[in-house]
Amino acid sequence: MDCRITTDSIDAAALANRVRKNSDGAVLLFTGVVRDHDAGRSVVSLKYEAYAEMATEKLREICSAVATQFDIGDIAIVHRIGELSVGEISVAIAVSAPHRDAAYNASREVIERLKREVPIWKRERYADGEDSWVEGTEPQVPEA
Amino acid sequence: MVAKVSALSEGQAPVEKVHVRVLLFAAYRDRLGASELDLELPVGSSVTFLIAYLREQRGAEALPGSPAVAVNQEYAPLNTVLEEGDEVAFIPPVAGG
Repeated sequence: MDCRITTDSIDAAALANRVRKNSDGAVLLFTGVVRDHDAGRSVVSLKYEAYAEMATEKLREICSAVATQFDIGDIAIVHRIGELSVGEISVAIAVSAPHRDAAYNASREVIERLKREVPIWKRERYADGEDSWVEGTEPQVPEA
Repeated sequence: MVAKVSALSEGQAPVEKVHVRVLLFAAYRDRLGASELDLELPVGSSVTFLIAYLREQRGAEALPGSPAVAVNQEYAPLNTVLEEGDEVAFIPPVAGG
C-alpha cells in the first residue's frame, strides 16, 4: 500500500506494476490529467497545493478503508502538487484485485473520497493570463 | 511569513493563555495575507472564538463564519476547545484530483 503526495512527475505504469500480484487477475489504473479547458475557458496550467502532512494521512486512511471495504489485493495512490502543464498526470490510482468488480469499485471510491476529503487545492491559469482558485467541495466535518 | 498576534489586551488582569499555530491555505491565505499565524488565546477558547477573533481583526470577508477546520490534522467541530500547542488549519473547499 503506497499512498502519498509528490512534487515529481508521476510514472503511472510503474505504479500499476507495483500493485501487480500473481493472486490478482485484475490491475486497474486511473489517472487524472490536466485538461486544456474548464467551464468554457482555455486553461494552460494548474497549480496544486496541499496541506501535505494531513493530505498524506487522509490518503492513507482512504487506502486502508477501501482495502477493508472491497476484496482487493493492493492499492497505491499518488497525487502531485506544484505547477502542472496541460496533459500532465495530477493523480494516479492503481488497484489490483482477484476479480475486476472489486478493482473498479475500489478505484471509484478512492477518487470520490479524495475529491471530498483530502486537503488539496488547485489554481487554474488561463490562456488570457488570468488565474483563479478552482471552486471545491466543502469537506464533511464531524458534528459538534 | 509568520505573524505573531495576541488576542489578549494589554493591561487587563493576567489571564491563563494558550498558544496555537494557525495554518491558512489557498484562497484563505490570499485573503488573510499570511500562511501561518502564531496566536495567543485565553485558556478555554474554542475554534469558534478564534474564527470570530480573526474576522474581527482581518475583516469578515477574510474568512467564512463556519469554515471547515482541522485541529492537529483531523477535521474537527467548531466547538473544539484549543489546547496549548495545537495546530489549527482552516480548510477551504477542497479540489484535489
